Parts: sequence; structure tokens; C-alpha cells
Amino acid sequence: MAFDFDRLVVDDVSRHFGRRRALHRVSLACDAGTILGLLGPNGAGKSTLLAILSTLLAPTSGRVRYGEHDARSAGPMLRGRLGLLGHDLYLYPELTARENLEFFARLYGLARPRDRADGALAEAGLADRADEAVSGFSRGMRQRLALERALLHGPRLLLLDEPFTGLDDASGHALVRRLRGLRDAGAIVIAATHDLDLAEGLLDEVVILREGRLLTVPRASGPLRERYRETIRTAAPPAASREGRA
Amino acid sequence: MRQFLRVAWVVMRKDLTVEMRSREIVYTTVFFAASCVLVFAFALVREGRPLEDASAGILWISIAFAGTLALGRTFERERHTETLRALMLAPSDRPAIYVGKLLGVLVLMAIVEAVLVPMIGLLFHAPIFARPHWLAALLAAGTLGFASVGTLFAAMLVRARSRDVLLPVLLYPITIPVIIAGVRGTAAIFQATPDEPMARFWAALLVFFDVVFVTLSLWTFEPLMTE
Repeated sequence: MAFDFDRLVVDDVSRHFGRRRALHRVSLACDAGTILGLLGPNGAGKSTLLAILSTLLAPTSGRVRYGEHDARSAGPMLRGRLGLLGHDLYLYPELTARENLEFFARLYGLARPRDRADGALAEAGLADRADEAVSGFSRGMRQRLALERALLHGPRLLLLDEPFTGLDDASGHALVRRLRGLRDAGAIVIAATHDLDLAEGLLDEVVILREGRLLTVPRASGPLRERYRETIRTAAPPAASREGRA
Repeated sequence: MRQFLRVAWVVMRKDLTVEMRSREIVYTTVFFAASCVLVFAFALVREGRPLEDASAGILWISIAFAGTLALGRTFERERHTETLRALMLAPSDRPAIYVGKLLGVLVLMAIVEAVLVPMIGLLFHAPIFARPHWLAALLAAGTLGFASVGTLFAAMLVRARSRDVLLPVLLYPITIPVIIAGVRGTAAIFQATPDEPMARFWAALLVFFDVVFVTLSLWTFEPLMTE
């Protein structure tokens, strides 16, 4: 039976790089059919958390559960249910758009890789550029192609690191519609973003990270940008900063 | 097992397609290997007469140098585009990725050797057609031993800042047994009277190193690549 899950639980996860603490005791949970926004200033630990959720990085302590399994017990089957759009786009610039998608379709063992690639190219609006090398694409075109690469195998958990980077207004709104469609189809979408305007109305839940710690976001209604600013402003500074000032 | 081999094949095919487009690694490694042989020829050939027994050593030193260059460039490509992470996310056993990368490196090194061997025969009067099957066997076994460790180290060092320096520093000491066995086996068949039993002994030793190195690499690839 194919591996699947409908709940993601991050339980007390910390990650250290040498003496630097990238994440400190982060806990959260997310159910299928949810878009979770991961907000926070630069260096807050958002990309580190996404790397841990994608199984590319192991937590120093704590655990991540995908349904009833963790990364170790689920093994390669789990990776078949994950899609990651990183800040780097994971595309081969020497290959054409179609070759890139066909390669990843074959890597994931998908049936009819050519048809999958063609469908994804149409979805990205790149069907007419399918046989051009990716090195000649603009950042926005590569971003659209990379999103299709991440979605090629129909992942349950989609992890997006700055998904709106390089997209024009129309492409940004098309991505918002696409993510809503994925949510309605039962995917768990976790997006780290600084684009609060596009994220407004898209995110079902929001968590804010600062210096590796999760901050409490007020439930009160109001524009996302204001809630974000208020949370960052009112949050107690981390212990190290307090000691530094004292 | 079918899935493992399929993933390895897909990765190797992708590497070779990328290389066919850019021809960057083939051109640089072949040119570098040929330059090495020419430098040795200028240094060690006097009045058309090469230094006795030098050809086997020069062949294997050139293979090692060119192989290191190919290994570094192959993984530099994946680092530049961060695509190694995408490969690590594939729903297959991660050692299949290692095998795919290894096969790609072996094809590139075989192309380099196809240029190097005739050059050695021409410039150092090495009898490359005396025992061609033994020469092919020694080259195949030696290249596999060298590339198996090299592929693992190059993948491991892909995020290290001084990877260009660290790769040869780590790789050469570990692969010394392979280089020695390759040189001694090749020297045995380059003699005026080829010594087949000696060539067989060194070829068997190379196969032993291959088994050890490939097994250790397959075993350690996944834990070493998980950050």
C-alpha cells in the first residue's frame, strides 16, 4: 500500500549548527487541507525548519511525525509524498524545461514521464518554451517551472521557501489560486514568505519565527501585516539578548 | 532492486546529457590528462628513448589527476544549482544516486583513458597491444576503485569551503593501494616479456579493493549525505 499521512506534527524540534542555535524547541501541527504560513525576519530559522520537514536536515533534538511515522521509519516512501520548492530552484540550466521535468518524473518513477512533463509545462504556461534550455529563462519562468517540478508527483506535503520570488503580478495570483486548489485537494502546504500582501487571505494558519523561536500570534482579526508587526514588536527578546543588555 | 538500478540509470543518463550539452568536463579533463603526459614525455624521453618502466606510472598518475578534476567538476555542477538536494529527495534508496553519479564519472574517465593509452603507447613506446585484455581489465578495475572512493568524497565535500583542496588531500592517500596495484599490474604487461601471472595477481587485488571500496561507499553514502 502507498505511504500517506494526513497530519504533520513538529514536536519540540531544535537544530544547532555548531554553537549557533538555528531552531529552539519549535512545536506545531498541521492537518491535510491547510496552508500554513511561516513568517519571520531574515535568519529566523524558516529555511532550516523547511529543510528538517523535507528530511534533508536532521533535528538536533525533538521529532517530526508524518502521520504515524517519522522520517527514519518511513524512509524513501515518505520522500515520495513530499514536494520542496527551495530558494534554489533545483533545475539543471543545461537541460530544457521538458528534459528537467522528464528527468524528475523518471527519478520519482512516475508512469508516462513525457505526458507528465507536458501537463506540467502547460500548467506553468511554458508549453511554447518547452524545448529551450532553462539557462535562458527569467527568474519568474524558472520559479514557475520549479513549482511544477515540486508538484509533479502529487505530494501530500508541499514545502515552499519564498514561492513568490521573481513572479509578476499575474503569476503571483495564479500561484495563490494553485495553492488554494492544492489545499482543497487535501495537501498540507507550508510556505515561508515575506510577501504578506499575497499571503493575506491565502494562509489558514500563521506561525512566526524569530531567532529560532516560535512566537505567539494574536488570534485577533486584522490585516496580516499588522498582526505580524505587532507580534514581532511585542514579543519578549530572546534570553541571550536580554542578558546582553543587562 | 529494479527501482535502484532505474534511478542509477536515470541519474547517469542525466549527467551524460548535461555533459554532452556543455562538454566542459570532457574537454578540460582530456586536455589536462594529455598535458600531463606531454610534460612527462618532455621530462623523461631523451633522444626518442623513454625512461625504462616509466610508462605505467605516468599512465596511472595522469588518470588519477584527470579523475580528480572530473570528480570535482561533476559535483560542482550539482552544488552550483543545489540539485544534489533534489536528488536526495527522490523516493529511492540514496545509494542509487551514488551509483548513478559513479557510473557517470566512470564513463568520463573511460573517455579520458581512451585518449591517454594511445598517447602513452606513442610517446613512451609502451606495448599497449601486447596483452590488451589484461590492460583493459586493469584499467577498468583500477578506475572503478579510484572513482568509487572519489565519488563518495566529492559528494561529501560538496558543501565544504575548501573542497577543491580537500578532495585530492583526502582521496590520494586512501586510493594509494589502487594506484600502486594499477601501476604494478600495468608494468607487468608493459615488460618486454609480459608477466601474465603478475598482472593477474594485481588485477585480483584491484577487484578486492573495488569490492571493499564500493561496499563501504554504498554503506556510508546515506548517513554522510544527511546533514
